[in-house]
Amino acid sequence: MVIETATQTVKAGLAQMLKGGVIMDVVTAEHAQIAEEAGACSVMALERVPSDIRSSGGVARMSDPSLIRGIIDAVSIPVMAKVRIGHFVEASILEALGVDYIDESEVLTPADESFHINKHEFAVPFVCGCRDLGEALRRIAEGAAMIRTKGEAGTGNIVEAVRHMRSVQGAISRLQSMGDEELVSYSRDIGAPVELVRQTREMGRLPVVNFAAGGVATPADAALMMRLGADGVFVGSGIFKSEEPARMANAIVRAVTHYEDDEILAEVSTDLPKAMPGLEIDKIPESEILAKRGW
Amino acid sequence: MVNGTREGMELVTELTTHSTGGAERSGSVVVGVLALQGDFAEHAAALGRVGADVLEVRTVEELKRVDGLIIPGGESTTIARLMIAYGLREPIIERARAGLPIWGTCAGAILLAEEIVTLDRPGLNLVPMTVERNAYGRQIDSFEADLSSRELGGGPLHAIFIRAPRIRSVAEGVEVLLRLGAEQEHEPVAVQCDSLMATTFHPELTDDTRLHERFVGMCEAYAAADASRSVPAAAGGSG
Repeated sequence: MVIETATQTVKAGLAQMLKGGVIMDVVTAEHAQIAEEAGACSVMALERVPSDIRSSGGVARMSDPSLIRGIIDAVSIPVMAKVRIGHFVEASILEALGVDYIDESEVLTPADESFHINKHEFAVPFVCGCRDLGEALRRIAEGAAMIRTKGEAGTGNIVEAVRHMRSVQGAISRLQSMGDEELVSYSRDIGAPVELVRQTREMGRLPVVNFAAGGVATPADAALMMRLGADGVFVGSGIFKSEEPARMANAIVRAVTHYEDDEILAEVSTDLPKAMPGLEIDKIPESEILAKRGW
Repeated sequence: MVNGTREGMELVTELTTHSTGGAERSGSVVVGVLALQGDFAEHAAALGRVGADVLEVRTVEELKRVDGLIIPGGESTTIARLMIAYGLREPIIERARAGLPIWGTCAGAILLAEEIVTLDRPGLNLVPMTVERNAYGRQIDSFEADLSSRELGGGPLHAIFIRAPRIRSVAEGVEVLLRLGAEQEHEPVAVQCDSLMATTFHPELTDDTRLHERFVGMCEAYAAADASRSVPAAAGGSG
């Protein structure tokens, strides 16, 4: 019997199994267990949550393997970890550690200003950030098996996540009404391969799973992103920077499952622990906007 | 819902209109897909391709309306936890014991098993078999393979295994539909026990609808038997 591993189908397939779920940033094995107990469908292992990366500055890199191993051993759900944009050696190390998904992430300091990783060369699947349809399809062309809209990580402010999701969904809906003769020039305009543009038009959605990320701080934020078309939600600083992480995690998981049920959303939003303090995007210096990293 | 562009919603509407346009069916059964977490939309789409009416199930009220239930792929710890937290676990067990057809794929297969190796919360405890979670390894060990499919008729069935569980043993009375390999000693990957079916792979990720057709057939048989039972004694019908 022929057994094939690391195909695009199994890479994109794991993301399909994560749909309707919440992926939580965790910095310790104990956090990971709290996340799993609250119903997270996966955890993202990192050394500092984005709001701490933002406040402490310096170069942010892949986490220490001992931290990642500790988290892999602590939970049975899939474990993701981040590498710097373009840093294919960090990616090889994470693949050797057995992580289930790699996030080539603008939250870390980019290693290459020209090129993202050639993700086709890896057996482990990758998720990448995007701000618009062109960026999403460029990442898929490089081999990403899952996309997340970037938002602005570590701010607790949902405005950028909404902007990026609306940008992707709006472009897909305009694409639906385009004729074949428009596709080549549209693909050139957004800088994406025409075959992927055509596939997106035919499917009426991105060809891979698309989660929302960057600024989700409350159950209402999470449900908002689901209603705007996200397949699921990443929550970074929003859980472990809130006053009671376990309760906040539970509430956000419930809001993602029942994102269309207003009564349940009212219930899970009531008497919540204090959410993380937010940042206004205009107050962040231009050079510290993470979403601008990558192209 | 204001100004949303959620395609899942449109999908359900589309499926309802497709239900008479696909393979012709009586249209009398409603197949539920447990929609707490996982690839429930992919199952709904596959059911649409075989012409079944689909209902996403998130509440006990929705569970009451279905003639069969698919528990999709996803994270078994997450789905198990949410079934308990949202009060669905006991009602699903009750309906299963009353004969409701249930089909679990991957995470769903784990949850149907009586014995689950390394799940930190109770499953549904319905099928007498032992299942081990993530038993082929981590994501880099996920795989695709062609299964020979005498039981189903037709050519080989292409199967996708993602962080898949392994059926370690089955009790007597559990029928093995498909194995990972041609020999009798190869492990089962699709089994059936009366009205309960479990597959450790994901038929909803391929275009092959043989297993979805088989399950819809089970739902139709159940609905027909249920209707004939409830006609003489209207008060006793379980719906």
